[in-house]
Amino acid sequence: MTPFAYERASDAGAAVARVAANPDAVFLAGGTNLVDHMRLGMAHPQLLVDVTHLRFATIESLPDGRVRIGSGVRNSDLAANRTVRERYPVLSQALLAGASGQLRNLATTGGNLLQRTRCAYFQDVTTPCNKRKPGSGCSALEGCNRDHAILGASEQCVAVHPSDMAVALAALDATVVVLGRQGERRIPIADFHRLPGNAPQRDTVLEHGELIIAVELPALPVAALSTYYKVRDRASYAFALVSVAAALEVRNGLVEDVRIALGGVAHKPWRALHAEAMLRGAAASEQNYRRAAEAALADAKPLKHNAFKVPLARNTLTMVLRNLTAGARR
Amino acid sequence: MEVSISLRVDGEQRELAVDTRTTLLDALREHLGVTAAKKGCDHGQCGACTVLLDGRRVTTCLSLAVACDGATIVTARGLAEGGRLHPVQQAFLECDALQCGYCTPGQVCSAVGMLEEAKAGHPSFVTAGLTPPAELSDEEIRERMSGNLCRCGAYANIVAAIRAAIGKGAAS
Repeated sequence: MTPFAYERASDAGAAVARVAANPDAVFLAGGTNLVDHMRLGMAHPQLLVDVTHLRFATIESLPDGRVRIGSGVRNSDLAANRTVRERYPVLSQALLAGASGQLRNLATTGGNLLQRTRCAYFQDVTTPCNKRKPGSGCSALEGCNRDHAILGASEQCVAVHPSDMAVALAALDATVVVLGRQGERRIPIADFHRLPGNAPQRDTVLEHGELIIAVELPALPVAALSTYYKVRDRASYAFALVSVAAALEVRNGLVEDVRIALGGVAHKPWRALHAEAMLRGAAASEQNYRRAAEAALADAKPLKHNAFKVPLARNTLTMVLRNLTAGARR
Repeated sequence: MEVSISLRVDGEQRELAVDTRTTLLDALREHLGVTAAKKGCDHGQCGACTVLLDGRRVTTCLSLAVACDGATIVTARGLAEGGRLHPVQQAFLECDALQCGYCTPGQVCSAVGMLEEAKAGHPSFVTAGLTPPAELSDEEIRERMSGNLCRCGAYANIVAAIRAAIGKGAAS
């Protein structure tokens, strides 16, 4: 590990100024991804500014029905929060599907959004990787790409985003609140993570020195009947091959409202807006769910080893919608 | 870059100077001689280094010691009070919940933390309707303990030990 200085921030504005002024400075929260990257020789910050002692560790219900989650709230506390469990079960389930009890006690809301891909080549400094070293090439393109993207990838990068939480937030139309040198700005979750394009080194639209201070959830009544389903190689404690976050409201046999996001398929949580539009107002039937799932995967371009993800995602989405219709949460 | 920090470890206040790069796990083992926390994968994947940090179970290999300045840590060594084993430790012995024993201190700390979480009403991924059951099923125990690997494969008896500890009131 490269030597670095450590500072414990007590003021958010000062922390932002400190990191923004130094290109080799980064924020430290739970550390479960960053510290590992430093040890693997992937990250070499010279200054860590610890933001875990800032006052961003509360979950507030706002008068207009929104819920504001401080960026420092630990994953375990967010998953167990009564309001989140009752009004946004998809978010609790997504959090509980991720990592282990020990890691969820460390990991924060802001840090979870910023965790980086688990692509084996990205984490191996001896191999080319455009995300780690722009211009060096993508080893996964022709390599072991079983875990990689089937949607929205580029010739530069076929990595997938690893977060479960972010997939639920995408389905919920969350807003990421960010503090920078010029003050606060609000970023819709759909715009927060990037597709790789020609700059796969950038996972998000955050500028250097910008600090996530909160995530806000809209009132969104449809979320009361929502669920997160994760398909993985082990029953627990593994990253998703494919996951589905969905919310559904059916009235008189018709789909009143629906939200769908897929995980494990792209460089960012994949919101299936077209499939949602097809379903709104349509009969809540197996046939329509299957058609919507086909539409959601219509643009899929599988790689050599991950063609299985296309039917897997299609079938999982169809099943999740069917289960939600039956009133089940899983 | 060296910094001075203070940790309360297994009931004892300890002052130490560490390089900022030192993890909490290395600070415990190499600086303080507290070897109950074990180094397995050193990447947060195996759970052997689990301790209770300010009352909550965490892996210590991914936490920087400097970031834990002022914290209270309980390792498997500190769970036993006055020469009496913690009910979870006693249950591990009685149920033969180990072979080589390397993962055991992490398993025990994880189980103690997990039972506290369950007592506080935290759901798990297998909790139907996210409403925690009054008593943890074996499925619940397995899911909640999935962050602790056992290369010997003593899982069956680890689940039995935790079930036995719950029966003896370890969760209260």
